[in-house]
This record gives sequence, C-alpha cells and structure tokens, in this order.
Amino acid sequence: MADLSSHFIRTEMLKPETPPSSTTGLGAWLRTNLFATPKDAALTIIALLVLAWVIPHAVNWLFIQAVWAGSDRTVCATTEQLGGIQPVGWSGACWAFVESRFTMFIFGRYPVDQRWRPILVGLLLVALLVPLLIPKAPRKGLNALLLFIIFPIVAFYLLLGGVFGLPHVETSNWGGLMVTLILSFVGIAVSLPAGILLALGRRSRMPVIKTLSIIFIEVIRGVPLITVLFMASVMLPLFLPAGVNFDKFLRALVGVSIFAAAYMAEVIRGGLQAIPKGQYEGADSLGLSYWQKMRLIILPQAIKLVIPGIVNTFIGMFKDTSLVMIIGMFDLLGIINQSFSDATWATSVTPVTGLIFAGFIYWLFCFGMSRYSAFMERHLDTGHKR
Amino acid sequence: MAVNVQEPAGEDRPRSSFIYDPVMRSILYQVLTAIIFIALIWWFWSNTLENLRRANIASGFGFLNGRAGFDVGQALIAYSSDSTYLRALYVGFLNTLLVAFTGIITATIIGFIVGIGRLSNNWLISKLSQVYVEVFRNIPPLLVIFFWYKGVLSVLPQPRDSIHLPFSIFLNNRGLAFPKAIWGEGTWAIPLAFVVGIVAAVVVSKWARSRQERTGQPFPSGWTGFALIIGLPILTFLALGAPLSFDYPIAGKFNLSGGSVVGPEFVSLYLALSFYTAAFIAEIVRSGIRAVAKGQTEAAFALGLQPGVTTRKVVVPQALRIVIPPLTSQYLNLTKNSSLAIAIGFSDLVAVGGTILNQSGRAVEIVAIWMAIYLSISLATSLFMNWFNAKMALVER
Repeated sequence: MADLSSHFIRTEMLKPETPPSSTTGLGAWLRTNLFATPKDAALTIIALLVLAWVIPHAVNWLFIQAVWAGSDRTVCATTEQLGGIQPVGWSGACWAFVESRFTMFIFGRYPVDQRWRPILVGLLLVALLVPLLIPKAPRKGLNALLLFIIFPIVAFYLLLGGVFGLPHVETSNWGGLMVTLILSFVGIAVSLPAGILLALGRRSRMPVIKTLSIIFIEVIRGVPLITVLFMASVMLPLFLPAGVNFDKFLRALVGVSIFAAAYMAEVIRGGLQAIPKGQYEGADSLGLSYWQKMRLIILPQAIKLVIPGIVNTFIGMFKDTSLVMIIGMFDLLGIINQSFSDATWATSVTPVTGLIFAGFIYWLFCFGMSRYSAFMERHLDTGHKR
Repeated sequence: MAVNVQEPAGEDRPRSSFIYDPVMRSILYQVLTAIIFIALIWWFWSNTLENLRRANIASGFGFLNGRAGFDVGQALIAYSSDSTYLRALYVGFLNTLLVAFTGIITATIIGFIVGIGRLSNNWLISKLSQVYVEVFRNIPPLLVIFFWYKGVLSVLPQPRDSIHLPFSIFLNNRGLAFPKAIWGEGTWAIPLAFVVGIVAAVVVSKWARSRQERTGQPFPSGWTGFALIIGLPILTFLALGAPLSFDYPIAGKFNLSGGSVVGPEFVSLYLALSFYTAAFIAEIVRSGIRAVAKGQTEAAFALGLQPGVTTRKVVVPQALRIVIPPLTSQYLNLTKNSSLAIAIGFSDLVAVGGTILNQSGRAVEIVAIWMAIYLSISLATSLFMNWFNAKMALVER
C-alpha cells in the first residue's frame, strides 16, 4: 500500500458555513431598502429623526390639542387673548370653527330652507356620474346624454329657481364647494368639445381657421388666468350692448371655460399628432368624410392616448377655480377666506385650521381624479406594451 | 369660370355642383369664418365705444402719465404716490420679475432634490418625496399662498418680540429684516469683473475642447471657468479694499430700525410659488431621468466609467434634453402664477394694474397692457427655449 503519511486526510466534517444573509423577511427588507450603503443609512436616520419630531407635533396639534366643539372664538383663544378659555401657550386646531361653518362652506349663503335643491342636484350628479365612471355599467351613450345635456338644464332651473313655484335664488348668494363644483363641471363640459374643435382647427389645412385657432390658443395660454378672468368680468360687459345684464357668475364661467379650452386644445393636439399617418390615409381610402374620419377613427385613438393629459387639465382647472375669489366670488377657498375676518371666530389658529380643511377637500378631489385616470389608462390599454 | 378648371378631366362624369368641390368648400368655410369673426369684432368694438361714451370714459393710453396717487408696498426703484401710472406699472413689472426669478431658482433646487429623492433606492426617502409631490400637486397654489400668509407669517410675533436668526436676521409679522449691504467706491468694477470672468471662461472652454480633440488630453475647463467667474469678482473686491459695509437691523422698542425688510407678502408669495412649482419640477426630473434607457448606463459601466462619471457624462446630458421643454413651461407657469399676488396685496404687475383699473376705469387699456407684457415674457422665453432646444437636440444621421 502506498504510504499515506505524507497526505492529509480529513477525519471530521467541516462546520457548515453560515448561511448567506436572508433575502426575505423584515431584516433583509430593512437592509436593502433603508441601510444599503452608509450614505443611505445616514439619510434614513436623518429622515427618521425629522419624522420623529414632526409627526408627534402634527398629531398633537391636529387631534390631541384640537378643539372639537364650541360656538364661538372663546373655545379657541387663550386667556391672554380677549375672552379666551384656553391656557396660555395653547395651540391646536380649531375644528369647532369648521364644524360651525360647515354648511356655509358647502352652500355659501344659499337660503337655508332651500338647501334641499343643491343637495338634490348633488345627488343627481353622483347618480349620473358614478355609472359613467364604472366601465362595466351599461348604456354609456344614454348616460352621457343625461349627464351632459339633460342634467345641466335640470340643475340650472333647480338651483336658480324662478319656475315651478321655486323661489328665485340670486347667483350672488351661491357659494362654497357648490360654486367650485359648478365651475369645474361647466369648465369640463365646455372645454373638452371646445378644445377638440380648436385642436382640429389648429391642424386644419385652411389658413384662416388655422391662424385664428393658433392666435386664440397661444394668447390664452400665454397670459395668467387672472387676466382672463378680469377680461371676462370687466371687459365682457363693455363688449355687449348697453342694457344687456350679464351675470357675474356667468362671466366667471366664460373666463374659466375659454382658459381651459385653450389648454385642452394643446393636449388633444398632442394626441392627434401621435396618430400614425396611415390611420388618416386609411380612413380617407375608405371614403369617410372629414367628420366621420375624425369621429370614428382619429379622435377615439387620439383621446385615449392623452387621457393623463386631459385629466391633468381637469385637475388644473379644478384648482384654478379658486381664483374666482379675486373677482369677488365666494367659491370654497373664497368663502373660507372670507370667514377669517368674521369676528365670531377670529383667533390666531382659525386661518390655519380653515386652510387645512380647504386643502384637504381640494386634495381629495384632485387625488381622486388622478387615481381614476391611472385606473382608466390601465383599463383602456389595448396591450401593445412588451 | 375657375370652377371648371378645377374639375377632373373625366368628361363622361356627371358634373356635380361646385358645393361638392373640396377646394371651393374650404374657401367658402374660410370666407364664412372670416366674415363672422370680423363682424363679431366690429360689433364688440362699436359696443365698447358706445359704452365708454355713455360712461364718459376717454380711451387711449394718455392716462398713463397721470399722477398715481397710491402707494405700493415694496418698490425696487424710487416711487412715491406722486409718480405716474406708468412708473407704478413699471414698479409692478419689476416686482413680478423679482418674485419669478427668485421663485424659479428656489423651485428648481427643491424640485431637483425631491425628484432625485423619488428615484432613491432608500425607501423612506422615496416615500417622503412622493408624499411631498402628491400633497403639493393636488392643492391650489392660491391656498398655499394663503397658508403662508394668513396661517404662518401673520401669526408670527410682533416686531419687538422678533425671532432672532443668525447674521442679524429678524423674522416677525411685518416680514423678514436682514442686514443691508452698502457698497463703497468703485463697486462698478465688480460686475465688470464678473462679465470678464464669463467671457474668459467661454474662451477657456473652447480652447480646452479644441485641445482635447487634437491631443486627447482633457483639461479641467469646468473648474477653471468656475474659478474665473467667481474668483475674478472676489479678487476685484479685495483689490478695491473690500468696499462693503452693512447696515444691521436693530431691535427697537416697538419696531426694528435699519436694515432691509421684505414684507410678508413677498415672503409668502415666494415660498408658496417655490414649494408649489417644485412638486411639478420633481415629477419632470424624475420622468426625465427614468426616460434614459438602462442600456446607456450599462454601456457606460461596460466601458469602465465610474458611477459618478456615468451620471454626469451619460445620464444627465440625455435626461436634460427631455427635461428642458417641460421645465420651461413650469417656469412660465410660475411667472404667470405670480399674478396671484393680487390676492394678498403684493404689488406685482396685476395688483398695480388692478388698482389703476379701479381708480381710472380704463379696463380695456389695463387688460391690454397685462396681456401684452405676459405674452412678451412667454414669447421671449419660448423663442429662447426653441433656440436652446435646437442646440441640444439629438443630431441624427
């Protein structure tokens, strides 16, 4: 036998290696997502420290120290301030203010005994809008007809009154969230068709129509909404014959609508330009007329492409309706802003509370719209993605 | 008739009415549109003249030389209530430019930080950035302005209890007071040195590029340029014997004296516009960086470039090309949103114009001036951007 003494033969098994660090579980998640590098770890710790400072203060201010019930400013003022009951150094949200003014923030100065009318309009809007937004709900055509043709007429007479024994309510008494929603609804309903027409005009081969569309779109897009609103509110009465009384609310509607239409036109034009030329030529070769071609072939594809842009314009318009307070109307932000000067509730925490409330309402609507557009984009995606 | 010339050559085809000829139709439509448009304008025009005559308001721009008779809160140039309307508008215009310029710089800085933060591998940072973007994108800018103005700045302490920040900066409910720089003799040489520095930096970078193309040797032209642009003015400043002193704000019994004060209106408008626009810029930056194909980074790594160099020389230049057009439109949006100043009484172009409109009733002229100025800002910016875009655009074969 060969001499094995010069060889090494293992007599016992090696200890098993420690397993590689786990790639699942909480520890691994923390390691890869929060402490991957020293720089990451430092950033995480700084962010955690900031959060540890901000969150308790915010929760304390918004909920724990907050006043939830009361009828006037005394509950939200400190004893240092005139007539307050809170201890010196107290600071917290004054939700009692929002609670006592809540109906005002929603309806403005709409007469109390007539408030069933805006409520009914709101319910109608929800009843017609929700089925339209759910892709599976049937009869989209009828639904859209009801929402965009019948509903505005019904809402107009219901809100304004003066017919069927309903008392007349001046538009100057309208206010709050109601006005914000009416402005946005009309803006959306007008700006989409107007924007489509303007976009088609801008892409038209007829020089007169093309030039007029370009001038309109570029002028409106080049100036701030405030100047358009001022134009609508101070110049429109000058443009019309003397004696024609033009309601202030209607003027704001005109201003918001033409502003939104110009922006919408540019979004739609982006979609029209993205459609391959073959689609236009294919439609032509089938012998479709211009409007048939647009309605049946081009626009359905173009609009589907630019849904995010359209919804962004809607969101922008919803936010921009807040500017009508500058021309003296009381939309949601306007009426909340006006209520700060009301002596019944004048304390140092009232403005912040009111603005946080307004911000939350605006945020809910805009965030909802953006989520819905993301859902619609996925739903309409016909799967050309790799 | 011209119509006959347009007809197709097929003689056996039955002649159709000229109304079915596309060329004739398009001419007809255009003539109709033009007639309606001109009639509408004429109708508006005659109504306006009639209404103005009835209300005894003269028209024309002559009124601009009249005495303004109102004060503005903050003016960059000498202004008193005895100045003309024209000067008041000019003060407003400068204030608009000031808030737009400072706002754009701050919004860009915050926007880039948040946008890059959203792409971070760090979960916490990316979520925080996302929360920031989702909050500010979904509330109206006017609300943000009010938040700063009514919610934060107006509940700050009285001037005598001012919050004292470092460098003699005071914060109270009348605004932000900070030391005012007083420049001595020969200060004009400093901006001159700055311009000379820029020219020298351009020359150096051209020379460095041509040398690199010839010999392949790189030259740190970026750092040299930076040193020239910043260093030359500093050297001039030191050579002149540092002709700079400060007028510090001093806390008095009831109010601060001395120093420069910017009002709470400017501070809240500036902060609100910066924070609001930054959310949009963050999204633009994020999508720009995401749009650079992953293969580009991988190819750069394969060539042996370090991560830092890859970001600077491969990813950022390509991302910039995507980012710049929407970024410009955000800058324009910020400039246009600065017109919200009227809601809190900061004297920008629109607020001053609104005051004049109320005083003189010259609605048409004031709205025309507003539109002309904002349109020229927009037009100038888009011309510059088109030039810049053409320069940056990908040159394809």
